[in-house]
Amino acid sequence: MSDITITERQAGDVTILDLDGKVTIGEGSVALRTAIRRVLGEGKNKILLNLGGVGYIDSSGIGELVSSFTAVNKEGGTLKLLNLTQKIQDLLAITKLLTVFDVYEDEAAALASYN
Amino acid sequence: MNTQEIKLPSRIESVDAAAEAADDFAKKCGCGDECVYALDLAIRESVANAVKHGNKFDETKEVEISFEEFDNVIEIRVRDFGTGFSVADVPDPTDPENLLKSNGRGILFMNSFMDEVKWENPPGGGLRVKMRKKL
Repeated sequence: MSDITITERQAGDVTILDLDGKVTIGEGSVALRTAIRRVLGEGKNKILLNLGGVGYIDSSGIGELVSSFTAVNKEGGTLKLLNLTQKIQDLLAITKLLTVFDVYEDEAAALASYN
Repeated sequence: MNTQEIKLPSRIESVDAAAEAADDFAKKCGCGDECVYALDLAIRESVANAVKHGNKFDETKEVEISFEEFDNVIEIRVRDFGTGFSVADVPDPTDPENLLKSNGRGILFMNSFMDEVKWENPPGGGLRVKMRKKL
């Protein structure tokens, strides 16, 4: 069984991916990569990653967030992050990636930012 | 003094196995949640490095791990049997030109969450990282 579940929702032209579980080396990172590729393949390039259910992430998972960000940018889209746990926020601060990602605590505010 | 040694094959699944062993050891030593998290993250990153960059997924080579608790300190050693590398040559992942690279952050996490991290070239080859965390 995979360590992560990714559920897709649509809010207007923004695709929200709700992640629940661990984003770590192996299955977790691969599942995120696969989901992002699938969504981009469907022509959707406004993506909001809801990380509120991610209890654990390692450097591979952080790397996958960065890869997702650059993959979406290449398609002319925007990837933003929602509901960071304290641990993820700490890791993004250590890696200075908080300067890269657009981060939101409120879903409505995150969705409004795409307009 | 508590000690434990394990040897794991060079495959990604060993990262989870090592983390489970570290969690069990840490709890046995009375580590709090923050300490357990730090050890878990550090061992995941070090074992992933040993499997990927050290042993290069060669399953004829093992990853040797030891846990030791003494003087209110937990020491973890992780050894691979690869050709080794110079940690000083690893690019700084927080440098603006490296921010969008998809890898290279594991050593940063180990240094950030452990109190002491030392790299050694043991007799017989490979690379060993020795990490300490105060309880």
